[in-house]
Amino acid sequence: MMQVLKYVFIDILKNKIVIAYTIMLALFSWSAFGLEDNATKGLLTILNIVLLTVPLVSVLFSTIYVYNSNEFIELLVSHPVKRSKIWKALFVGLSLNMSAAYVIGVGIPLLLFAELGTALIMLVAGIMLSIIFVSVAFLCSMLTRDKAKGIGISIMAWLYFALLFDGLVLFLFFQFADYPIEKIVVGLSALSPIDLCRILILLRLDVSAMMGITGAVFQDYFGNNWGLLLSFALLILWIFVPFYISLRKFKHKDL
Amino acid sequence: MIEIKNITKQFKKFKALDNVNLELKLGECIALIGPNGCGKTTLIKSILGMVLPEKGEIIFNGKNIKNDNNYKKQIGYMPQIGRYPENMTIGQIIEMIKSIRGNDNELDQDLYQQFEMNKLLDKKMRTLSGGTTQKVSAVLAFMFNSKVLILDEPTAGLDPIATNILKEKIIDAKNRGALILITSHLLSELEDLVSEIIFMQDGKLILHKGVSELKKDTGQESIAKSIVHLLKANN
Repeated sequence: MMQVLKYVFIDILKNKIVIAYTIMLALFSWSAFGLEDNATKGLLTILNIVLLTVPLVSVLFSTIYVYNSNEFIELLVSHPVKRSKIWKALFVGLSLNMSAAYVIGVGIPLLLFAELGTALIMLVAGIMLSIIFVSVAFLCSMLTRDKAKGIGISIMAWLYFALLFDGLVLFLFFQFADYPIEKIVVGLSALSPIDLCRILILLRLDVSAMMGITGAVFQDYFGNNWGLLLSFALLILWIFVPFYISLRKFKHKDL
Repeated sequence: MIEIKNITKQFKKFKALDNVNLELKLGECIALIGPNGCGKTTLIKSILGMVLPEKGEIIFNGKNIKNDNNYKKQIGYMPQIGRYPENMTIGQIIEMIKSIRGNDNELDQDLYQQFEMNKLLDKKMRTLSGGTTQKVSAVLAFMFNSKVLILDEPTAGLDPIATNILKEKIIDAKNRGALILITSHLLSELEDLVSEIIFMQDGKLILHKGVSELKKDTGQESIAKSIVHLLKANN
């Protein structure tokens, strides 16, 4: 697998998009910390940018990359390389690149300006988010052979997780405001990796009061160490489940 | 060497392979012929594990190829349309395949030299003409001294000189006792190469015979004429 991984890794690096993405993230982060006088405010600005752009770039770039790797996959399958190895090498290569872009672009300013604990949580959350959306991209690209359709599906997935899901939860909130649905909402947030990350970091920043009554409930569930562990476990699940489904599909695909 | 048992492959409504049974032995040079869309390439891709048939099994050297990849070490494959990663150069492709296949056998550099690949190493696959791509495929297929060679339309797109070089190379491989499976539409080209004929139509195996036997049965002196004779008789 290392052999294949090496070629994938170099190929992605040569594709300058990842470097441009790194620079873009760095520009955002440095300017956010530079403009705000207090680090927490800067952190919140970055959080909002990260929660929108990281999933978008991860999912779109990975989907397109997987479709463009068709020839590469075809070539390797006719040689003694296991299918699962090819798929895993592509996944690891993309994940490494996307995570590295995040660590260099956002991670360095974070560690310099923000308080260490918060910075680390945000760093891990961002890396997880990058990998989760690479994983979602792999699943999207296995759903159809048509590249345009596949990219469409991955954009839909992003729209759903980044924008629509929030709207739906908010809608539920207002509709059932008279009932005690806080616990249900907490459960629902597990269904969106972006929301999980947001809650994790907001709680850490102690701005949960901004989230209204439910903030307290969230604090109860996610605030302590068990909550932290549980949400990280959920994020890991979000990495493995879509990838595993895509791997099973790939093993049975006709090339 | 290769046993194909009752394989069936269906693409949506189209049946590409319909209950095909075959046995291919080492030392044979087999021509796989038939009209367009009769399932030749699907059969080849099934042997290589690129297409996974719904039914039946393929036994390579006594082992079922399902869940096994090492058998591909013994196969040199030249695809009909070589599709390669666009922004890799010829040199990188050759290096990569070399490192993936390991260096168990000594490398065969004949075609590499005769096609003068060393002058083209820095060229990106995207910029290559069809014929040059085909040359790269040929170099890769013959490089590892494989026991089994699967050549899907090997001469399509090659110039006469290159075609000749490749033909010499195929004869070489035949003489060293490899199993060679060729598909081609140019029957005249196969004349002095092949020892067996497999004829397919609509995903079904119509005929599998030795060349001399075929000629005797049909009373013709060339493969091309025998096949035409057979087709006419069938209709």
